[in-house]
Amino acid sequence: MLAFSYAAAPDAASALSLIGADSNAAFIAGGTDMLQLLQEAVIAPRSLIDINALPFSGVQVERGAARIGALTRLSDVADDPGIRQHFPLLAQALLETASPQVRNMATVGGNLLQRTRCLYFRDATVPCNKRQPGSGCPAQDGLNRINAIFGGSEHCIAAYPGDMAVALLALDADLLVQNAQGERRISLADLYRLPGDSPQHETTLAPGQLITTVVLPPNNAAGHSHYLKLRDRASFEWALVSVAVALEMDGTRVRRARIVAGGVGTRPWRLARIEEALRDERLTPDRARQTGDLAGDGAAPRDGNAFKVPMLRRAVERALLTAGGIA
Amino acid sequence: MDNPGQPPPTQASRFDIELMVNGTGYRLAVDARTTLLDALRDRLHLTGTKRGCDLGQCGACTVLLDGRRINACLTLAVMAQDRAITTIEGIAGAGELHPMQEAFVEHDAFQCGYCTPGQIMSAIGLLAESRDIDEAAIREHMSGNICRCGAYTNIVAAVRDAASKGA
Repeated sequence: MLAFSYAAAPDAASALSLIGADSNAAFIAGGTDMLQLLQEAVIAPRSLIDINALPFSGVQVERGAARIGALTRLSDVADDPGIRQHFPLLAQALLETASPQVRNMATVGGNLLQRTRCLYFRDATVPCNKRQPGSGCPAQDGLNRINAIFGGSEHCIAAYPGDMAVALLALDADLLVQNAQGERRISLADLYRLPGDSPQHETTLAPGQLITTVVLPPNNAAGHSHYLKLRDRASFEWALVSVAVALEMDGTRVRRARIVAGGVGTRPWRLARIEEALRDERLTPDRARQTGDLAGDGAAPRDGNAFKVPMLRRAVERALLTAGGIA
Repeated sequence: MDNPGQPPPTQASRFDIELMVNGTGYRLAVDARTTLLDALRDRLHLTGTKRGCDLGQCGACTVLLDGRRINACLTLAVMAQDRAITTIEGIAGAGELHPMQEAFVEHDAFQCGYCTPGQIMSAIGLLAESRDIDEAAIREHMSGNICRCGAYTNIVAAVRDAASKGA
């Protein structure tokens, strides 16, 4: 691990002032991804600003809406009774994330900003456009089994690795973001950028901005939601393909669907065309299969990850059946 | 924005810290990049906590922080001040093993023993989470601890036994 300086910020003003004073500073909260990145010299910040003392921890659920502090640990969100009642999709996705130890440490804000698991990004001895702009992308024709089939470019096909953001996007989440000028609200859908020709820029956050809160609007899908995660082993593993489904049902008819896939896109990948195809349709096993068949449209698979196309189709089918209660 | 008048804290790369481990306070000087795992093993010589992968993937370094299980390799020592740290050295009573240690002995829940301190600390953390425990739940909620000898069957039996005895 390369040397860095460290400071524990007592409040948000201090944290923002410290991060503004050093162009090569980074926030640290739970540290679960940061320590991995530091140990393997994937990143080398000059200073770390510890934000754990900031007052952005805790879950409030009121009238079916939720505010989740960005410093809340994943385990505390997953076990919160209000989240389990009103947002079971989120609780389920979190309980399938990482390990119990990591969930006790990792924060909501840090989890949103976790870095890709692309083998080339995580190996500081090889080229990677995301880690070292302009150095190349060996994943294009290399070991790309875990890489993205949607949203990639010739410069980067790194998959967004997380579960929580996939569920949060299906739940129409917003984020409260703070900088020295004040606070603004953005849609989670606008947080992640496509890699294009600058894969080093992963989000729309400006340097020195701090996610403080995740805001979830009320939903009518709690009884008809499901997070399906397919991976190489049954627990403590990243998704090869995951699907978050939240259905508003009227009897057996789908009034509104939100469907987001993980493990397949360079960012959490909303399947808007499928959502539209389901609108006002009766959900049957045949309909679920036909809808799933649409899920690979627009994919750009490589040699090593072409299996994700049929896997996604069947994952959508199965998640719809489970969410709809007809499996 | 809170306390806009307060000056920002100064940054440093060396710190004099105090760690509270198994009820004892230890003062030590650490580099900012010292992990809690390194501080425990190399500085405090509490070598029961094991280094496996150093990346949070194997669970050999599991300790309790304020009663909750964490990976000591993914925490900086400087961030663990003012917290109650419990390691494998701190769980036995005077002259008697912790019930989870007893259960691991009783069920032969190890072969080489390298992962065992982490398994036991993780299992103690699991029982403190008061979840419904059946075999499937134990397997799921112990998935942060890898055993290369493959003693899982007996580890599950030990955790189940300790849970039934209210460990």
